[in-house]
Amino acid sequence: MALPDARTQLPQVLQRDMRYLPGSLDRLALFLLVGFFLLVPPFLGDYWLKGILVPMLILSIAALGLNVLTGYAGLISLGQAAFMAIGAFAGVIAYGRYGIPIPLTLLLAGLTAALVGAVVGTPSLRIKGLYLLVATLAAQFIIVWTIQRVPWIGAASMVTINTPPVFIGAWEIDTALEQYYFSLAVAAVLTLFAWNLTRSRVGRAWMAIRDHDVAARVMGISMLRYKLLAFMVSAFYGGIAGALVVFAWVGAANVQEYELELSIQLLGMIIIGGLGSILGSYLGAAFIALLPIAISIGMHNLYGIVGGEIVSAAVLANAEHVVFGVLIVLFLIFEPLGLAHIWRRFSSRFEFRLGSAVRT
Amino acid sequence: MLMRRASIRFSPALATGVLAAGVLATASATLPTQTSIAAEGEIYHPMLVTRTGPFASAASGVSSGQQDYFALVNANGGIDGVKIKWEECEFGYKTPRALECYERFRGKWKIVYPNSTPVIFALSKRLTEDKVLGINLAGGRSESTDGTTFPYLSPVILNFWSQAASTIRYIAQQEGGEAKLKGRKIAFVHLDNAYGRQPFPIFDALAKKFGFEWKSWPLAWPALEQSAAWVDIARRFRADWAIQWNYGQSCNVPMTEMKKVGFPIEKFVGTLWCGSEEDVTPAGDLAKGYVSANYHGVGLDFPVIQEIIKKVHDQGKGNIDRKRVGTVAYNRGVLTGIIIVEAFRNAIKSAGMPLDGKKVRDGFRMIKLDKKRLKELGAEGLLPELVFSATYHGGIEPQLFQRWDGKTWTTISDWVPPYEDVVKSEIKRAAAEYKKQTKQ
Repeated sequence: MALPDARTQLPQVLQRDMRYLPGSLDRLALFLLVGFFLLVPPFLGDYWLKGILVPMLILSIAALGLNVLTGYAGLISLGQAAFMAIGAFAGVIAYGRYGIPIPLTLLLAGLTAALVGAVVGTPSLRIKGLYLLVATLAAQFIIVWTIQRVPWIGAASMVTINTPPVFIGAWEIDTALEQYYFSLAVAAVLTLFAWNLTRSRVGRAWMAIRDHDVAARVMGISMLRYKLLAFMVSAFYGGIAGALVVFAWVGAANVQEYELELSIQLLGMIIIGGLGSILGSYLGAAFIALLPIAISIGMHNLYGIVGGEIVSAAVLANAEHVVFGVLIVLFLIFEPLGLAHIWRRFSSRFEFRLGSAVRT
Repeated sequence: MLMRRASIRFSPALATGVLAAGVLATASATLPTQTSIAAEGEIYHPMLVTRTGPFASAASGVSSGQQDYFALVNANGGIDGVKIKWEECEFGYKTPRALECYERFRGKWKIVYPNSTPVIFALSKRLTEDKVLGINLAGGRSESTDGTTFPYLSPVILNFWSQAASTIRYIAQQEGGEAKLKGRKIAFVHLDNAYGRQPFPIFDALAKKFGFEWKSWPLAWPALEQSAAWVDIARRFRADWAIQWNYGQSCNVPMTEMKKVGFPIEKFVGTLWCGSEEDVTPAGDLAKGYVSANYHGVGLDFPVIQEIIKKVHDQGKGNIDRKRVGTVAYNRGVLTGIIIVEAFRNAIKSAGMPLDGKKVRDGFRMIKLDKKRLKELGAEGLLPELVFSATYHGGIEPQLFQRWDGKTWTTISDWVPPYEDVVKSEIKRAAAEYKKQTKQ
């Protein structure tokens, strides 16, 4: 006789919670999504790959990391762009100067960022909320400043380092499609990892800290370990995203791309997408990064169709910002819990209807 | 309760609606729109522009100046009958948006001028793969003067190092020769970023050569607070000359500070990026007598500008407010337009229509704007003589110096050339470093 599986002993509610995908609609959606991301891109042009999907994947990874920190552990940070910068430069130096293979380089970029993340995270042991935000803000500036100052990094003259051709073994990643699949593979691994991590003991500890840190400490959760771990994981994801910018997107590490503005955007992504949600990181990245482009193209085409003489190009360019701003405000008013929550509600309502249809 | 119910019904609908609209709009980008189909025998020329955000005030003038010149060429019957049809892609000086714009019009670019050094860096790999020339006048990658190492990049006129060297020569001229520089003290007030640090190697080399002393006062962006630096310069360092390498709003801060500490404005020289009307007007009367460098002539007194006014603006076809015609940003646009059209013209002549990036690059390398040609174009004094080749992509040219009288700029010098040997050795060093980085 087999031993009874511990899991079957758990109450039904907990069993449901522990499943990866609670609903059948979730499973269907994931299946369709994976199918789309795997099979459709070869038929999309370079514009979709290089202009839309690759940057979206990279930003999603960075947002995912920040979501672990802010959404799960409740520690707010304005330094994610700086961790991307660390990853970008660690990557380009490891690969370009020392010829370390790309997979190891990515890992190294992530680890370097994680190490710095641990240092940046130390104030979180004493302060939280807005005060922590200011501490991470300082880190953002200091990191970017340091990268430009240390001669060994070699970014002094033009703050930019170009990468040699990118090879994984004998396979050269140079077409847009290869770059896309490369980013997709990295994103998939990191997403699965985050998914499991947040559902594990570690994830529960983070959530306990987020919901009430004093209570969590009383229950025996080590603040030092879990808070720093959250910072390290978050920075690790940022670092890998930064390295991907170099190897799969732009081909160069440039300090000026990792300014405060990007950190704010990343924070915006997880707020719009949904704090404490893996799906939300992706949806938020798509929203913040792609919607302005969609609005711009949409208006551009409308302008072409209407005839072009009526409004000037400058008016059109400014209108993009107005429409985008209005949409953000609308979303925050109607769904403060983020895009991921919209999906959750939609799918659970669907499940409920399905359930009642089966019963009757 | 009512609100809650309403939101439950409304938000998925809103979300789906917005996402669907977004996808549709983006998808429609892949379809050709009416505007993007160029007629037979027309040059379709996409442009990266900045019309929103903090840099829009000057950048929009540069874009519109080019467009006004294209409109003039079209009004005159085109380039040997071939007209230019341009289309804008707004990127708001944001690098990721510029990359997206580049992909959106990929395959249609003839020559890329983002007017943003970070964008040129981010695009450089893509441009080389696609064989499209990226230009950034008086900016971009300084070492791309070397056309052999950077076949698809060019600073066109005055790379940063030439700007620095020429400014030192101007100071030497004011002092009465290089020999008089010995023992002089030059203060260098600059933004603490890549752009602001560009002159360092040139100043080092020239200080050694001529025996002057220079010191750097780095300022953190946006550099609106400079009083400590100026007190230090005037009271402790007791500089004989001061050079500023600011940008945008920070350009006019020194005028106020100099007045406070009593540093004479006659001993102060600005970079050419602090040399447009927008840079000095906020300082009001304090900016009177301020001298800055420039790479082109200012004002309306050029036949080509007069012709634009007559044939474009008087016909109601202007691409910018008439009042801004003749401003520094606008004239920069017009001279950029001239260079681009010359590249088009050479490309058509040597390789024929339809044009592509490589043909235009080759056309660019054939540009020979000597005195005679500049006169024909009505641009004498607007830009220096330019002769490019496969190995030389421009960048070592002279500067003009101009003085602000409270209302307008007046050119006060001849063309002041840089110290060529110093600039060239720096280009050589940087190009070698680039080759090492990319393992060429």
